[in-house]
Amino acid sequence: MAKDPEQRDLFPGALEIMILQSLRVKPMHGYALVKHIRLVSDDLLQVEEGSLYPALQRMLREGWLEAETGTSAKGRPTRIYRVTEAGVCHLEQEVVSFERMFAGIKRVLAIATPQEA
Amino acid sequence: MAKLIGRRRRYDDISASIREHLEERTEELMEEGHSRQRAEQQARREFGNPTVVEQRSREAWQWQRVETLFADVRFALRRLARSPGFTVTLLLTLAIGIGANTSVFTVLDSVLLKPLAYPDSDRLVALHLNAPGAGGLSSFESGLALSPSMYFTFSEHNRSFSSLGVWFSMLTNLTGVAKPEQVKTVGISSGVLETLEIPPALGRWFNATDQDPRGSKTAMLSYGCWMRRFGGDPTVIGRTIQVDAQPREIVGVMPRGFRVVDQNFDLLLPLAFDPVNEQLAPFFLNGVARLKPGVTVAQADDDVQRLVGVWMDSWSNGPGSNPHWYEHWKITPALRPLKAQVVGNVSGILWVVMATIGLVMLIACTNVANLLLVRAESRHHELAIRSALGAGRARIARELLLESVLLGLIGGILSVGVAWAGLLMLIAAGPTNLPRLSEIALDARSLGFTLLLAVFSGLFFGAIPAWKYARSRTSLVLGSGSRTASAGRERQHSRKVLVVAQVAMALVLLVSALLMIRTFIALRHVNPGFADAARVQTLRISIPTSLIADPVMVLRTENEIADQIRAIPGVTRVGLAGAVPMEGIDPNWDQIIVEGKNYAGTEPPLRMFNYVAPGFFQTMGTRLIAGRDFNWDDVYGLRNNIIVSEGFARESWGSAAAAIGQRVKHMSDMPWQQVIGVVEDVRSKGVEAPAPATIYWPAMIKNPYTPDHKPDADWLRPAIFAVHSSRAGTESFVAQVQQAVWKVNANLPVASLRTMQDIYGQSMARTSFTLTMLALAGGMALALSIIGIYGVISYSVSQRTREIGIRLALGAQRSALRWMFVRSALTLTLAGVAIGITIAAVLTQLMRSLLFAISPLDPFTYLTVPLVLAGAATVASYLPAQRAAAVNPVESLRAE
Repeated sequence: MAKDPEQRDLFPGALEIMILQSLRVKPMHGYALVKHIRLVSDDLLQVEEGSLYPALQRMLREGWLEAETGTSAKGRPTRIYRVTEAGVCHLEQEVVSFERMFAGIKRVLAIATPQEA
Repeated sequence: MAKLIGRRRRYDDISASIREHLEERTEELMEEGHSRQRAEQQARREFGNPTVVEQRSREAWQWQRVETLFADVRFALRRLARSPGFTVTLLLTLAIGIGANTSVFTVLDSVLLKPLAYPDSDRLVALHLNAPGAGGLSSFESGLALSPSMYFTFSEHNRSFSSLGVWFSMLTNLTGVAKPEQVKTVGISSGVLETLEIPPALGRWFNATDQDPRGSKTAMLSYGCWMRRFGGDPTVIGRTIQVDAQPREIVGVMPRGFRVVDQNFDLLLPLAFDPVNEQLAPFFLNGVARLKPGVTVAQADDDVQRLVGVWMDSWSNGPGSNPHWYEHWKITPALRPLKAQVVGNVSGILWVVMATIGLVMLIACTNVANLLLVRAESRHHELAIRSALGAGRARIARELLLESVLLGLIGGILSVGVAWAGLLMLIAAGPTNLPRLSEIALDARSLGFTLLLAVFSGLFFGAIPAWKYARSRTSLVLGSGSRTASAGRERQHSRKVLVVAQVAMALVLLVSALLMIRTFIALRHVNPGFADAARVQTLRISIPTSLIADPVMVLRTENEIADQIRAIPGVTRVGLAGAVPMEGIDPNWDQIIVEGKNYAGTEPPLRMFNYVAPGFFQTMGTRLIAGRDFNWDDVYGLRNNIIVSEGFARESWGSAAAAIGQRVKHMSDMPWQQVIGVVEDVRSKGVEAPAPATIYWPAMIKNPYTPDHKPDADWLRPAIFAVHSSRAGTESFVAQVQQAVWKVNANLPVASLRTMQDIYGQSMARTSFTLTMLALAGGMALALSIIGIYGVISYSVSQRTREIGIRLALGAQRSALRWMFVRSALTLTLAGVAIGITIAAVLTQLMRSLLFAISPLDPFTYLTVPLVLAGAATVASYLPAQRAAAVNPVESLRAE
């Protein structure tokens, strides 16, 4: 996929939050997850497959996700990922800390620069 | 394991997900109107490299360091398997090196380091007394023995010990069970078992009644004796045995492996002293005590110092004697941990052997490092390319180190077999009086040592190539690898340093070995004071008072035995005495007053006494220097005649001849004894110790230690017979001697059947053991350094073939080329020799106590060894040099 300058790569913690939140809505398989995030973010966020699959495995290892055998939209066997109790818990913690970070960044940005003053 | 199985499923899951991802995308693209082929291409391009993604996804499940380590291990093993000759050489070197070290360490650990096999053994002390004024009665090694009166005083009045006891070892005749046998026996006072705290395996310890001289007569058995004589029968308790013709009831059996301090025994007897009869003297007991918790050895020393005073105040040597006379002896306590007492003087040898073997290991490691350098050299290109492709220094160093540690570990595993064999050999070849011999075993500690040594040696010899190659510059290596005519100076440098180190270490070992060889030769040249040792059979026969009380009857019986032995075919002479030289048994030590000598207020020194029958000197080959030997009239007639050693004669009267007719006296109330003969000095304390001035008394004397001075032959009750025969030491001869003794009295066991050669050899065991070990180590070191020098020169020849070709093409003489290589080997050797001599000069000072009549800086040794090494270096370098000179210039240049 050619890189669209409008699309932004996600930083690591953010990718996990996106995945957890998306899967919390509905258990999905990998490709559906990519499509879901792009769709919901109106193509603003682009999940790289190269990061997605390692991230999914890391999260499985941490116990935030569960994988089960399922079928894709096209009816082929694949792995469906589902958020666990621990995953929800982690997500909520992360969201709080993200919000705090964003608030901080916003406040810093709100200070007018000298030239403009 | 479960995790690994689970992992396989995880990996399959990842593959399935990724496959589905790609297919779904492909289908989507096809729906957008792309052809299948194009859609697939597009999907793949978007996805990136699926293998990489899959690999990185898998990594979430891996313990990554370990995984790469495993991969490296597999790689290293494959690489080692590809050059079997190299690998086998290395592994053998390591297995032998580590194995030898493990076996020596095992002995060292079992003998010196491990605590004794008694509960809380660190609180056990030997009651060691120094008495510098007591002459031969006290030596630095064994100190002054305790007397029974000391035991009474110490055990009643001490404040430092929770328990205390005395013991001494003897031989007793055990009869009444099968054939008569002389058995090792330890007499123990009450307090010994209580101190050692080892409960009996069967029955009970001795109690107060057993230790009462008027109480019951009892005995305890060792586990070995119980098994051997009674077949391990548990009903043995309560049974009666005859010990020295006295019936004793068996009350207990001690467990397997139990020893009284360092004594193995068959029988334990209660000492049962009677305080009523005891005086200050005699001194013959070993003391052992258990410190009260919190009491230090120094505090106990002070306590015993006080008790020595109490002892002199409370006892006497009979009416009219001065109990404080012993102040001349300057008795000072020097209590030592029991372990130090048990281990004795063997620790020096063991540390020397350990250091020696360690040095050999170091030389072996340098050889291995050298070989690894050669190997790394051949991988130079590979490593340089890898480093150019981005492999970190640490990664390359780790891989090289891993390979060497792996070699070390495999070598370590193989070495266990070597260690086991080496241990058997060490025990067999070691000094037979090696303490704690039965405790030596290859155990977890030894294996731990093996593991440590394997890893550390692996790190050591691997560190050199790793350090060298990990830091080498890529460009430099790639540049110099193929273009220059000869390898860079840099590349040869570390190998040369290793060879120099190796030569230096080999020199140290060879110097020590040669010093020991020279010591041994010097010892062999010392006249021990007896001759024809291999043809002199010795045997010990004890006649207890309970069997024959009358001294004249004792001598007659012994004479009868001597006659019976003399009748055996092949016997030329028979003699008997209280002791033979070098056996470690001194019949007596006491003062001798020389007539007319002014002692000016000092005490006459103590002299060694021996008690001999006529013909003993002749049998032993001890030369009579002046006067005559005793005859039987001297003995039975109790004539006041005496024979002295040459040393004593010279010291007292200036010469042997002047001694004849002179008179000496034992105690003031004894008659003067006339010197009738002077015999040559005998090295009774071992070849390396000076011959003690000795007084030879006739076999029967008026006993100076009893108030009535009645005639006594007590010193020949355990008599040593010396039999000169060309058949000495053979089994048939020994059987005939036994028969001869039993013809006279069937209740007399024959013990200590040894030739004088055995006894002589045993007294040199320490030297010959050290010699063997050092010679072995020196030989190994020499061989290893020859291999090392050969390797370096041979490698440098192979690296410089092109250069040699050019030199030859330009007209170099072949002999000059040969000399060039030999000279470089000699330069390395000389550097090694110079360093080695300096180290050896310092280190050999440590083995001064093992040397005899040789200085640690013996010039002969310090000249010979460098010459040998230089010779070896010449030979080792001549072969490759020869190959260099044979290079065909055309071919070597065409090889480009």
